[in-house]
Amino acid sequence: MADVRYSEEHEWIRVEGDTGTIGITQYAQEQLGDVVFVEVPQAGRKVAKGEAVAVVESVKAASDIYAPVSGEVIESNAALADAPGDVNAEPMGRGWFFKMKLADKGELAGLMDEAAYAAFVKGLG
Amino acid sequence: MANSQDRSQGRTGGIVSGGAPAAATFTGNRALQIEEPLIFEMGQPGRCGVDLPEPPKVKDRLNGLRRTGDIGLPGLSEPQVVQHYTRLSQKNYAIDMGVYPLGSCTMKHNPRINEKVARLPGIGDLHPLQPVSTVQGALELIDRLAHWLKTLTGMPAVAMSPAAGAHGEMCGMMAIAAALEAKGERQKRKVVLAPESAHGTNPATAAALGFTVKPIPANDRGRVDLAALKAALGPASGSEVAAIMLTNPNTCGLFENEIVEIAQAVHDAGAYFYCDGANFNAIVGRVRPGDLGIDCMHINLHKTFSTPHGGGGPGAGPVVLSAALAPYAPYPWIVKDGEKWRVAEDGAAVDGTPLGRLKAFHGQMGMFTRALAYMMSHGADGLKQAAEDAVLSANYVMAALKDTMSPAFEGPCMHEALFDDSFLKDTGVSTLDFAKAMIDEGYHPMTMYFPLVVHGAMLIEPTESQAKEDLDLFLGALRSLAAKAKTGTAAEAFKAAPLYAPRRRLDETLAARKPILRWKPSNNPPETDPLKHAAE
Repeated sequence: MADVRYSEEHEWIRVEGDTGTIGITQYAQEQLGDVVFVEVPQAGRKVAKGEAVAVVESVKAASDIYAPVSGEVIESNAALADAPGDVNAEPMGRGWFFKMKLADKGELAGLMDEAAYAAFVKGLG
Repeated sequence: MANSQDRSQGRTGGIVSGGAPAAATFTGNRALQIEEPLIFEMGQPGRCGVDLPEPPKVKDRLNGLRRTGDIGLPGLSEPQVVQHYTRLSQKNYAIDMGVYPLGSCTMKHNPRINEKVARLPGIGDLHPLQPVSTVQGALELIDRLAHWLKTLTGMPAVAMSPAAGAHGEMCGMMAIAAALEAKGERQKRKVVLAPESAHGTNPATAAALGFTVKPIPANDRGRVDLAALKAALGPASGSEVAAIMLTNPNTCGLFENEIVEIAQAVHDAGAYFYCDGANFNAIVGRVRPGDLGIDCMHINLHKTFSTPHGGGGPGAGPVVLSAALAPYAPYPWIVKDGEKWRVAEDGAAVDGTPLGRLKAFHGQMGMFTRALAYMMSHGADGLKQAAEDAVLSANYVMAALKDTMSPAFEGPCMHEALFDDSFLKDTGVSTLDFAKAMIDEGYHPMTMYFPLVVHGAMLIEPTESQAKEDLDLFLGALRSLAAKAKTGTAAEAFKAAPLYAPRRRLDETLAARKPILRWKPSNNPPETDPLKHAAE
């Protein structure tokens, strides 16, 4: 079963082998409101953990999406260009942002599991 | 938290939830609220407001390219055009109509004397390419304004040409880049620090000039976290920081009371201090930014010295510069030789190494004139009082609402009062719904969801120009709305707001996802065709 981890920036990463799929969480899409534009990184781009790699724009605000771990982008969700609402409808499904090849799986240990993330969100009030 | 479940955007007389009476009228109008079509939906082909002579018959030299199709202008008489635009203007909510609480937008008053002076023939009819000998008075006016800007900020130099705030930022940061270049440090110092509450233009300016932007967190008092700033600056020898861009008072409406320590730390690290002067209006006559240790600051004349604002006119963003940056001020420089004024332009010998030219001409003369008229009609005491009154008004707002709404940070505040949405918690009412309900009370909403550091932010800037009784009515409306929201049973009514505006809740999401940027007959679906609607 795939392992899903969460960042304090409200991104999730689903790890399968040495590949991770990244998107934003249910909490993040609720906070943003209706998403109207998503900019995803191009395949081949090498990114460092914490680097701003994508942009999500809602009716309220534009926000950067950070790489939760380091690696190389291998695919991005081109469908979001025409259907940004997928991020609201299925943030952890159709609304994924990009996939990357992980540089160091050890970095995943610094992210939260589902229970820890749920507690983190609860703490935000 | 989808911020608007209710997507109905019918006309006021259409779908109504929330209990408003809506008797249909034959016309679709509601008294003075006229259901106005677009001008392209009006008129008759061939009708014309002016009587033009037949064009003389000439042989064209268009080589067959003469237009054959209709040019698509509506056929209207002069009274129809006058009535159309008058009716449209009556739909507008403007600074000349009432309390306009938008935060981070400052001045809401355009004194009429400014307009009178700006229309004097010797000023209003100027052309930027006139011979310099014929515009001596205008050059003196620019120099006089420059003098007072330098005096009020305590800075030795000013660049007058930048076109507005963001352009001023660009000018100041280019001067900083030029100064770094001169010291051979441009390659080494590539980082610009900006607080996370900064105006979006700050990081955008830095990025546009090739700097990397690093955010500085706020502390729990809504100010820059000094320890985090010092850590980001690093040791002077190895610092990669070119500058900090800081707004003071900041976008939370708070004075950065550690600004002197901030300036010291920035300078100790060999970096420069860019101050965003967007909120200078709160401290004019009370604080000279130069005394705080800043290196440059743009001044939004439209925010601080009353030039027309809010879609109402061109901007002007002069930038004051410290002695370290003054030599890089862009052309043109207004120079006095004996009794004669002259404009030193590209390549002219001046006492410095200008970074070039930012604008084709010399700056926005109309705004310069209005700003100087404002300064001179107020005098030093009046400018100071305007700043004090703006701060007093904002604190009055915060004090009046602090038990009903939830201030984001402890006061006192400066020129604007910032609230978060915690008072709406569990009511089902969002900041957006609250703002829409204000429209029904006859007010333009406050700034919402900015600054981003505060959840569901509501930023209210009353300014110095509202009478106390007008503010009291406004505050009463906000208290009443907050009380209604807190009953916990009003969510549906709030989601339905506004009930009485020319249009109900517009679909912002659809507008952003599928914008229609140009009117075409086919863009107007039959069910929203006003003429058809009226005929029904």
